[in-house]
Amino acid sequence: MSLSVRFAHRFENFALDVAFEAPPGVTALFGRSGSGKTTVVNAVAGLLRPDGGHIKFDETVLFDAGRKILVPVHKRRLGYVFQEGRLFPHLSVRQNLTYGRWFAPRGTATDFDRVVEMLGIGDLLGRQPARLSGGEKQRVAIGRALLANPRLLLMDEPLAALDEDRKAEILPYLERLGDEAGIPLLYVSHSIAEVARLATTLVLMENGQVIRSGPLVEMLSDPENVPALGVRSAGASLHARVAAQEEDGLTRLDASAGPLYLPHVDAPIGAQLSIRILAQDVILSRSRPEGLSALNVLPATVTALRLGDGPGAVIQLRAGEDLLLARITRRSAQALELAPGADCFAIIKSVAVAQSDVGGAF
Amino acid sequence: MADWLTPEQWSAVVLSLKVSFWATLLSLPLGLAVAFVLARYEFWGKQALNGLVHLPLILPPVVTGYLLLLTFGRRGAVGQFLEQSFGLVFAFRWTGAALAAAVMAFPLMVRAIRLAIEAVDPKLEQAASTLGASRAWVFATVTLPLILPGVIAGAILAFAKAMGEFGATITFVSNIPGQTQTLPSAIYSFLQVPGGDAQAMQLVLIAVAIALLALVLSEWLGRAVARRIAGS
Repeated sequence: MSLSVRFAHRFENFALDVAFEAPPGVTALFGRSGSGKTTVVNAVAGLLRPDGGHIKFDETVLFDAGRKILVPVHKRRLGYVFQEGRLFPHLSVRQNLTYGRWFAPRGTATDFDRVVEMLGIGDLLGRQPARLSGGEKQRVAIGRALLANPRLLLMDEPLAALDEDRKAEILPYLERLGDEAGIPLLYVSHSIAEVARLATTLVLMENGQVIRSGPLVEMLSDPENVPALGVRSAGASLHARVAAQEEDGLTRLDASAGPLYLPHVDAPIGAQLSIRILAQDVILSRSRPEGLSALNVLPATVTALRLGDGPGAVIQLRAGEDLLLARITRRSAQALELAPGADCFAIIKSVAVAQSDVGGAF
Repeated sequence: MADWLTPEQWSAVVLSLKVSFWATLLSLPLGLAVAFVLARYEFWGKQALNGLVHLPLILPPVVTGYLLLLTFGRRGAVGQFLEQSFGLVFAFRWTGAALAAAVMAFPLMVRAIRLAIEAVDPKLEQAASTLGASRAWVFATVTLPLILPGVIAGAILAFAKAMGEFGATITFVSNIPGQTQTLPSAIYSFLQVPGGDAQAMQLVLIAVAIALLALVLSEWLGRAVARRIAGS
């Protein structure tokens, strides 16, 4: 169940040349707007015919320029969730949801009630799309794609048109989808926070090319990827288990390197979470600091270091079993004599960790 | 049969309704196809096709009628072929009146349908195809329902135009009472005989009523198509 993409295409003023593999799970295509992400998804969907190359899903060839194979869109059995929802205005929510069912092979029907329940859209079934909010529209669009019983799900920035509250409303559904759907999902985004919460594989795109791709955790903790991810949004993910809800409103989590205190995290004790810590929120110290307001001090070892072109440097650290990134100045890196193998302490302010960076079960 | 109309008047009204009905119904599929092609595709000769469709709107109707006579008349190439192959005769028959009316109304029909198709977002059709619908299914389940009010409006406009068609009809199939004498031809004939004004006026009122009704209907449907595509 994996997708293999390798193709080239020329537009009038833009050239695309990409190659990557999307294993089962959620594969995020990440890059700036205009880097060609949507074009890649359209080629996989069959809405675009590339000049050359091939696109394969498992053993099924969807496109092969050399062998002149181009499976038409409607025979690819994909679910495509567009940025703007694209619900049919003349059909009710229920009719929109069941639209793909008319065309899916018999005996493969996805459970309607389960999808409706998972997306929380039971109360909307009788309404017309024009009477839905942006978040509701997107949930119906996701349901419509799922109920077509696809072999592969494509999502092109399904949250981009929504405000922060609506995003927070839909993200948990998408997280459950990644776990429950059991089919590969290709997810386009330019928000690294979204990608960090949802994806298992990350494909980085720039100017129509795939610059790097690989498992999410490795990609996020690799200092070499920091420029492409953006210095202000780069950061690695820690795995931690909820240990206690404390009286002063903090939540204590156990990471492999030690305890971690965060503002209240709404999760039961024992839950395994993934917490993204921005590289710019980590302070390094060679000795254990005393009299400091920051609650989280994790012992760590420097594993890699990348000096930037400007005044900045990115340090990769091993803290217990997890990798962390810290962004500091080159001057500090020299003053502290940070080099691979050096022991230090990573200091993380509790309040620096945003709720949106605390992801679901791992 | 209504008492207030003479049999001659009555047959002109009925013939006009029959001619317009068949002209509209039979040109509708072709009108849909041409409107779709003009709205959605770029191809070599598109301007020529567009011009050809609109030609009857610009040409003097007498010229259109004469060209029809040359092509579909008993000695015309197409006319001969149709008569020999299918026994279908246009010249001096009501079928010819229907053909003339259809040709003259075609530009109006195509225009109304084309506008409705251009208002449909192709992205919706793409979405349907990703859900497994083939082209024909996309048209039947997404495009057609969304443009339906526009199609009906176009058909009504064409029907009204066909009711009023005079120049091309009289040139192509003449003005034979009971055969090819449509409503406008009958009004014209009554005005040619002394004392025919009253009868002509009755037919004029009927024509005005039908035209007004058609106009109101098409306006109303035009608004419905806008509402439907906006989705409220």
